[in-house]
Amino acid sequence: MKHKTFFWFFLPTALAMLLFIAFPIVSVVVQSVFTPHEAVFKSVENSGPFGTTTETIIDQEAMAILKDERPLGQFAGLSIYLDRGHLAVSEVGDAWRSNETMSGFLSELRNLPFYRAMAFTLTYTFTVTPLLIILGFAIAVGVNSLHRHLKGLVIFFSLLPMIVTPLIGSLILFWMIDSRGILGTFLQYLANDPDLSLKASTGLTWIMLIVYGIWSSAPFAFVVFYAGLQTLPKDTLESAMIDGATRWQQIRYVVIPHLMPLVTFVALIQLMDNFRVFEPIVGFKAEAHATSLSWIIFNDLGGETQLLSSAAATSVLTIICVSILLAPVLVRTWRDFTAKT
Amino acid sequence: MSKATEAPTSLKLFNWGFITVWLIVAAFPFMWTLWGSFKVELDFFSIADWTNALTGERTQAVYGSPFTGAGYYGAWVQEGFGSAVINTFIVCFFVVLTSLTIGTLGGYALSRSGFRYTFWLLIIALIFRAMPPITLVSGYLLPFFEWNLWGILPTSIIVLVAINQPFTLWMLHSFFQKIPKDLDESAKVDGCTQFQAFRFVIIPVMWPGVITTGLFSFLLAYNDFAVTAMLLNQENQTMVPKIASFLGTTQTEGNVMFAVAAVVSATVPLFILVMFFQRQIVSGLTAGAVKG
Repeated sequence: MKHKTFFWFFLPTALAMLLFIAFPIVSVVVQSVFTPHEAVFKSVENSGPFGTTTETIIDQEAMAILKDERPLGQFAGLSIYLDRGHLAVSEVGDAWRSNETMSGFLSELRNLPFYRAMAFTLTYTFTVTPLLIILGFAIAVGVNSLHRHLKGLVIFFSLLPMIVTPLIGSLILFWMIDSRGILGTFLQYLANDPDLSLKASTGLTWIMLIVYGIWSSAPFAFVVFYAGLQTLPKDTLESAMIDGATRWQQIRYVVIPHLMPLVTFVALIQLMDNFRVFEPIVGFKAEAHATSLSWIIFNDLGGETQLLSSAAATSVLTIICVSILLAPVLVRTWRDFTAKT
Repeated sequence: MSKATEAPTSLKLFNWGFITVWLIVAAFPFMWTLWGSFKVELDFFSIADWTNALTGERTQAVYGSPFTGAGYYGAWVQEGFGSAVINTFIVCFFVVLTSLTIGTLGGYALSRSGFRYTFWLLIIALIFRAMPPITLVSGYLLPFFEWNLWGILPTSIIVLVAINQPFTLWMLHSFFQKIPKDLDESAKVDGCTQFQAFRFVIIPVMWPGVITTGLFSFLLAYNDFAVTAMLLNQENQTMVPKIASFLGTTQTEGNVMFAVAAVVSATVPLFILVMFFQRQIVSGLTAGAVKG
């Protein structure tokens, strides 16, 4: 294809991505180093029936001039990144100096919003991903040995947790897990504690969110592995059997190595996606015990006063973290590409 | 399966048990919520006895029947959930239409051009795909306020189309690569321009891939919360942010059942979708993966 033809074919999609993905990223970076103008005050004398009072009001004219001159606000450098709401450099330094033990330092770190969110986001990402791969693999092996008429039905129901809107899925589980809901009541019965509430404890809230994460993403792993099992080399499996491999050994030494590229694929995709965790926190109303980076941005943007600069700084930090997670994917794609050509 | 590969009974039983447990885990929450959505709140959240949720004792006491549509009435009539449903379908329709139109053109070009820059374009798309949408939203707000674009449906549609493009491009690119190049090459030898070759040779054979990609575009638009919650105003809200706003307002009025009914209503289209397009969804999920 000629360069010119390619250009015209690719132009619409390139424009869409440039305008609504690339520019916003730039705009986020720019916003994160500016703060809104501080309000300019002026004193006004009000002469009323009860004498003259002096009042301090915001000088709208002066503000308008300031906004005209510098529409982005005041240049703040990296100060937003370093403040208490984000990297909290001075607070971390204080905590490091004043605490003798590591655990004391860490518990103080947990009070800072960014590190609190980071702790949950990372825990969530790195527990959900391996567990969903294991569960997905087990389901795939199980379904694969079913009769073929049953397979379709099982796949249909298995897809539901993944297809359903994340917010809706988490709400459905949230209502069941409520202390008055069926699962909540059941857990109270199991624990023999009528006051047990999953929402009240940080640890249980984390477990609840992680269980939701596995529930909603395991179907993806299942479907990918199931498709991989269809291409399993029959002769390798048969020769393993003739050599006397047990069922477990067949899985360990034939099936798993065959699926390994898919495991990497699922792991990389899921690491990136789980890092975004956000809707379940809204659905489970878990923000008192667990926050994530995406949730902080949402919270900053959604409040009465929109904290655009603060949200932008968190966004940039999130983008940096995602890029780190993305690096292995890029390396893999690069290797595939160079192997092909 | 031959006799030799047949599993022993104990293993079979274990397997059956495991799959049954998984099916219950996967499907039971939906069944339970569907059943409970026809009850009153005191049955759905039963303090006295959990079997009330099954038998609907309180519902019987209030409405004279163990089932009631009160939650649905409240959500659809009182809270105007219907307009959110219409908005959702407008958004989904135009997102799917636009992203497929520009995506097929782009994906086709990527699959047919042998130059090195196609690889880099795909890599850039991959990087864009990894960006959490909410981080982009904080970049939209200021310009959208400035230009008075905030709050209306077209803005959200175009944003969702753009966010959707990287994935659409990757998927369609791999589908187009499976269509033999000779097909459109020979058309060009016969005197077609590239666009004519695309129009008359490729379009008639590309539908399976386009339908699968369209399904995923639909799911993305339908399931989105971050973009629609931040970029739409009250009147233009789609289903998911509407349900989220129910939680704030109706919980205090004791009308959780409105939200439950709305959640069930929003799940029904997805059910139907999976029922009819299960094969396409499965093939789409595995398209990128199985090739390695």
